[in-house]
Amino acid sequence: MARLTINGRPVTLEVADDMPLLWAIRDYVGLNGTKFGCGAGLCGACTVHVDGEATRSCITPVSAVDGREVTTIEGLSSAGDHPVQLAWVAEDAPQCGYCQSGQIMQAAALLADNPDPTDEEIDAAMKGNLCRCGTYNQIRAAIRHAARTRTAGADGGEVSA
Amino acid sequence: MITRRQFLKVSAAAGGGLLVGFRLGAPESAMAAEGSSNDADAVLEPNAWVEMHADGRNVLTISGSEMGQGAMTVIPMMIAEELDLPWADFDTRFAPADEAYANPALGGQVTGGSATVRGFYNQLREVGAATREMLMQAAANRWDVPLDELRTEPGVVVHPATGRMAEYRTLVADAAKLEPPGEVFTKDREEFRIIGKPTRRLDSPQKVNGQAGFGIDARPGNLLVASIERCPVFGGKLRSVDAGKARDAANVEDVIELEHGVAVLARDWWSADQARKMLSIEWDEGDLADLDDEAIERQFREGLQRDARPARTEGDGAKALGDGENTVSATYRVPYLAHTTMEPMNATASVGDDEVTVWVPTQAPGSVQKVAAEIAGVDPGRVTVHTTFLGGGFGRRFETDFVREAVELSKRAGRPVKVIWSRPDDVRHDFYRPAAYNELSATLGDDGLPRTWVHRIAGPSIWSRVSPGMVKDGIDPAAVEGAADHPYAVENIEVTYANVDPGIPVGFWRSVGHSQNAWIVESFLDELAHKAGIDPVEYRRKLLKGGDSRHLGVLERAAEMADWGGEVPEGRARGVALAKSFGSYCAQVAEVSVEDGAPRVHKVWCAIDCGIAVNPAGVERQVHSSIAYGLTAALSGRVTIKDGRVQEQNFDDYPALTIDRMPEVEVAIVDSGQPPGGVGEPGLPPIAPAVTNALLALAGEPVRRLPIDLG
Repeated sequence: MARLTINGRPVTLEVADDMPLLWAIRDYVGLNGTKFGCGAGLCGACTVHVDGEATRSCITPVSAVDGREVTTIEGLSSAGDHPVQLAWVAEDAPQCGYCQSGQIMQAAALLADNPDPTDEEIDAAMKGNLCRCGTYNQIRAAIRHAARTRTAGADGGEVSA
Repeated sequence: MITRRQFLKVSAAAGGGLLVGFRLGAPESAMAAEGSSNDADAVLEPNAWVEMHADGRNVLTISGSEMGQGAMTVIPMMIAEELDLPWADFDTRFAPADEAYANPALGGQVTGGSATVRGFYNQLREVGAATREMLMQAAANRWDVPLDELRTEPGVVVHPATGRMAEYRTLVADAAKLEPPGEVFTKDREEFRIIGKPTRRLDSPQKVNGQAGFGIDARPGNLLVASIERCPVFGGKLRSVDAGKARDAANVEDVIELEHGVAVLARDWWSADQARKMLSIEWDEGDLADLDDEAIERQFREGLQRDARPARTEGDGAKALGDGENTVSATYRVPYLAHTTMEPMNATASVGDDEVTVWVPTQAPGSVQKVAAEIAGVDPGRVTVHTTFLGGGFGRRFETDFVREAVELSKRAGRPVKVIWSRPDDVRHDFYRPAAYNELSATLGDDGLPRTWVHRIAGPSIWSRVSPGMVKDGIDPAAVEGAADHPYAVENIEVTYANVDPGIPVGFWRSVGHSQNAWIVESFLDELAHKAGIDPVEYRRKLLKGGDSRHLGVLERAAEMADWGGEVPEGRARGVALAKSFGSYCAQVAEVSVEDGAPRVHKVWCAIDCGIAVNPAGVERQVHSSIAYGLTAALSGRVTIKDGRVQEQNFDDYPALTIDRMPEVEVAIVDSGQPPGGVGEPGLPPIAPAVTNALLALAGEPVRRLPIDLG
């Protein structure tokens, strides 16, 4: 059992301590945006934020998030208008879309830490997030786009990651 | 049929007048006065794609699966263009299983073969044009004017002579009473306002906020989720199982024995998968338990000559081969490849007494319907198929193995069941891109160009399983595509194919036979150019002379984009390759270096002639996508067979290209003005040979085996 918040809402997960957070989120909380891709922390499709940090939920047991704040793609913004989400749409980044929740969560965490990353920094932060459709160049463009948006905004630190 | 251009000329001659000073967006009250016969609940549904409501809501049906290639955007583009619907003033829905949605290029309701645009291009434009004409006819009747005096602006029928206008929604009720026209006008290309315009995907908003519904997200009430242990050896069967521990595990509700495995059903997938590990199973491993890669290659080599059937013969064929200095021979090998879509295989089924509902990410809703009906013992008409978004397809989701499992389990459990494959399940129980063994020989003339070209292929056949009627005189067209029909002018050609089936299941994999044959043909061609000491672009130019000019068109464009022959950064080299597939022509130049003993692809210049590019933004992205998919295969794709089973199981030992290895890609769409060709696959075949040809230029050694291993 674990008590935590998911997208700002207090949640009690009455599941086995070793159940990965991914399956608790999907099969018990009922939030489907976080995806199952490999079950071994190898693809990044399941990326969520735990206390603001990009985390592979498929290899994170619920016991490890007791008392912590978890944010999923559904909670990244209230209306799909996080700068990263807007940039993703503007750059026409998704294809099949299955990996994109994880990509976006990873990118949002990157920009929260490093508001204006270089291409090398983008690659280093994103290379654990696989995309079989090959949207990588659009993802790079979208991250640069989001970085520009944030830098240009009146309140560059507004991103809630 | 007369074109709309001619139609407009006719109407102008008849005093149609000009649209000078015409204003769109008249007040609603004026519309209401015009639309006195309107019925608020009326619906115009003149065909299987268009549904227009009198309240202004429009719904378009997406007659192709959305697997990332952009069907959900490009299908409406074709309809809305001719319907003159404002972009994007409509909702969409995925088509149910129904032959009405058969792709005209494929003859069935399947999404693949890069056929969504090229297959539906005429039909969907006619669907749009016919609907538009019904709205115009309704206006003509209301205003008592001839049809040919009317025209449309987006969402509005106008009568230029009098300045009258009516929004589509006000005409819906009247149009719904009309018969669809027998023949329709379609626009000339220069009149397009949607087709040809780079257009953003319509599904992005729901794909960036987690709301897009994939198959794995289906959750009907009272659901059980299954994880299945399948016999690791291909063709093996369940002998016996001790499921005691699994049955007692937390959250487990049922354990069901299948012919090929054992399913554990639980309230959640993780609990099912954990309990699955507690099963104690004895398998009947069948005939393939000793099979390994060496045995497979032995079968290929033995079959190569013995079972060879002619796929193409020109001139004197192999008899014209020389045996001297001017004859080059090489052996090329490609491995079996898994698809590894990001969304693992899954299906959800609910089997009732006399009906079945299936939620599934599929490229073939019709096959799903048929298979579900067969297993559940109901009429196909009683099977409802909800095609969800597909988390990747690449050919894997033509298959229905995962659907069979879900339907059978739901039938036996008496509850809705969702089957989810783990990643190892996905890698180890795929329908693989066929491995192939190829022997090539060529004899060069004094000018360095080949006089004789011989290519012998041995490998398994996809069509022999999927649709044996496709295999004629022993030739599986998918096994020889790109090899038997290469465009180079050579006096004597012999291409043969030996259908050798080691028993590993094979299936369609993005660009199918082209995925290996383009690599083999284009690589061997570069070996010949290298021997002749002729520049690879120039070599191709010479061999394409007098042939289909579209090959040359993309070759020249790619060479120009890359400044072929210009300066290349130190330590790097460039390779070129060319391939026609799925009705489109594609040439690529890759700039490559070697870093830490492995190839590093820095940049790819790509020219594609796909005829009319309906959505150029989509074309560009599909080229990026094909390059990424093809590069993954070229750099690391290999399924290893040992003891009759696949050794790889996840992204650590079956890696996918990562963002830091994705080259910069520059795409040019060569506008030949021809009808649309395919887009989802043609960008793939040239990438592997462009890369290996760059390596040949860099090190002087040909790469004759994929994945590339410079060790």
